[in-house]
Amino acid sequence: MPIQILMPALSPTMTEGKLAKWLKAEGDAVKSGDVLAEIETDKATMELESIEDGVMGKIVVAAGTEGVAVNAVIAVLLGEGEDASALSAAAPITATPAPVAVAPAAAAPAAVPLPPAAPDEKVYASFKRQTVREALRDAMAEEMRADPSVFLLGEEVAQYQGAYKVSQGLLEEFGADRVIDTPITEMGFAGLACGAGYAGLRPIVEFMTMNFSMQAIDHVINSAAKTLYMSGGQQPCSIVFRGPNGAASRVGAQHSQDYASWYAHCPGLKVLAPWSAADAKGLLKAAIRDPNPVVFLENELLYGSTFDVPDDPDFIVPIGKAKIERAGAHVTITAYSRMVQVALDAAEILKAEGIEAEVINLRSIRPLDINTIVASVKKTNRIVSLEEGWPVAGIGSEIAAVMMEHAFDWLDAPVVRVCGADVPMPYAANLEKLALPQIEHVVEAARAVCYRR
Amino acid sequence: MVAKKKERGASEPTPEELVRYYREMLLVRRFEEKAGQLYGMGLINGFCHLYIGQEAVVVGMQAAAGPTDSCITSYRDHGHMLVCGMDPKGVMAELTGRFGGYSHGKGGSMHMFSREKRFYGGHGIVGAQVPLGTGLGFAHKYTKDNGVAHVYCGDGAVNQGQVYESFNMASLWKLPVVFVIENNKYAMGTSSVRHAAGQELYKRGAAYGIPGEAVDGMSVIAVHAAAVRALEHARSGQGPYILEMMTYRYRGHSMSDPAKYRSKEEVTKMREQHDPIDHLKEKLLADGLLDDAGLKEVDRAVKAVVTEAAEFAQASPEPDPSELWTDVLIEA
Repeated sequence: MPIQILMPALSPTMTEGKLAKWLKAEGDAVKSGDVLAEIETDKATMELESIEDGVMGKIVVAAGTEGVAVNAVIAVLLGEGEDASALSAAAPITATPAPVAVAPAAAAPAAVPLPPAAPDEKVYASFKRQTVREALRDAMAEEMRADPSVFLLGEEVAQYQGAYKVSQGLLEEFGADRVIDTPITEMGFAGLACGAGYAGLRPIVEFMTMNFSMQAIDHVINSAAKTLYMSGGQQPCSIVFRGPNGAASRVGAQHSQDYASWYAHCPGLKVLAPWSAADAKGLLKAAIRDPNPVVFLENELLYGSTFDVPDDPDFIVPIGKAKIERAGAHVTITAYSRMVQVALDAAEILKAEGIEAEVINLRSIRPLDINTIVASVKKTNRIVSLEEGWPVAGIGSEIAAVMMEHAFDWLDAPVVRVCGADVPMPYAANLEKLALPQIEHVVEAARAVCYRR
Repeated sequence: MVAKKKERGASEPTPEELVRYYREMLLVRRFEEKAGQLYGMGLINGFCHLYIGQEAVVVGMQAAAGPTDSCITSYRDHGHMLVCGMDPKGVMAELTGRFGGYSHGKGGSMHMFSREKRFYGGHGIVGAQVPLGTGLGFAHKYTKDNGVAHVYCGDGAVNQGQVYESFNMASLWKLPVVFVIENNKYAMGTSSVRHAAGQELYKRGAAYGIPGEAVDGMSVIAVHAAAVRALEHARSGQGPYILEMMTYRYRGHSMSDPAKYRSKEEVTKMREQHDPIDHLKEKLLADGLLDDAGLKEVDRAVKAVVTEAAEFAQASPEPDPSELWTDVLIEA
């Protein structure tokens, strides 16, 4: 049967083009791969190749014709043993239109539903005193004992026992096959770990600090976070990227940055930021067990802080569950990581002034525990968001938007954000202090939303 | 059509294997031509990078693959998928963005995966698949499954820093990885003499102690013989190996590339004098392994597979709107 040759779309934006030149005349033999014609698109002159063998039967659109629509018949090719009498029987090659998908109806603007509530946490009876550093180490050790596919890699994690001594003792217990010192090669080892994750292993990637994860962010986002979706659910990647985040002390701009809002922006990731040793242990165990990529933001200044940690082999903190660290009726203060302590200290000052603050330790940045925040604001009618990161497109911006969507009618004052100063971190001691949220900033913000200046 | 895995060791292909190589190369060629045609009809959109001209590389490599080996490549990936044994219908339907595609239409030309066939993508960021594939090699060593990771990249990718980060770790830790550099002479529109200091890309691992060799990537028999050597090296615990496949793509970098950076004569010369499929066809005829009727039968069978794939890819529905929200996270 003769074959119709159609005007091709040769770029994603082409709707019509010029048939510049025919390279085969009627009667010419045509082999698969032969160039039939030159076509000028909106971008360039392209060659049209035949994908069939045969004889050029009829040229329908003459050379030099402009404005030939995509999919118009431009020539007819005769197959083996066919002659021109078959031309009338030419079979059109038609594009079958895709079955039409029905778009979902637009939601009413005021009706953003609350997400399902996170599961309740178990109540624990006995506790032990631990530093955050020890809690993180115990979380990794317990999960590595339980699952041989879990391993740790990063700079100085093995023989040096961790740049901040978080991985102390792991090399001795698990050996060099599972506790792996890498070269200083963040993009390389983050990519390698993602590939191991594709193959079914469960890597824990330690960045010496999260600042260096920017070298590897392509793999965190493009290779880890997006792959499950791009594969239609076929290719998971269970992996934890962890390390100290935010400002340490006097280390300058390149080593003092909060990545919470960077990573929280990206679907396909979970982002956690523990404060206490209990948060650190329970959330890291949950992160390692999670089948998805998790970014786990620690804080160097907290590593040596001591807290009560549940003394229970089944202890775990569910991802997506904030914790009310201090109950109060007058103002809600949200914070994560080291800023939780700043919020609690501010609450003590406010108490002396008769303002009872409810301090929410977010713990999970993505997913954010919107239910807990909204329930608190329905009680206090006021909210202050506290974070170490920059204000623009920050976590506080997100919380303000959440308030618009879910608690607009309950607010008695505008949302106030307390953030790091919108500058790269300075080195000088006085300037560094000015660049970071201080207790008095939180106290002032709380007074302001309570109209108690 | 499924590429049958064969035990390693034999470096001389049998007559049956030569016929299989011919069929697999022809399948890739016809599949890609059909994809180009569907693109021209507006059924495939966006990026679509055709493998036409380079077929001998993946066919020769896979012919030497062991049963637990893994494969990962860049965005010029349809040929690798087919030769790893993935279903042409599922690959073509992904190109048309339909639910029947490997990624349910959510990935597209550059993003398909099959853990069953140990094919790990399909990656759109130039060079990113090199550390990812090194991680596959890490996993082979960690699980002691005797597999080797086949990690493909183009001549353009070898200028990415992460490729050298991968070479370093792979050699340092003696990971079972074969790095296959498909040197088709152009990084998009920039020829290798304009993008690479030093044209012997197989030597790029020398500083890391990685052996390398240049291979006639237009000869499936030469590719297969080199693959056997390289895979044996990697599988026996000696660490990674680099194969630089000297090859050529007949089409532009992607569908909208008019390829004005090279002469028509250069392309014609490669097609007429070095075509991997024509060469093997001549050998099959000369050795009496297939006659004209036999060749026609292979051609007919391959065309039927491709036609069926194209029909499936047009008949399969677009993903349901609810698919927008699925597969972002695995619900624990």
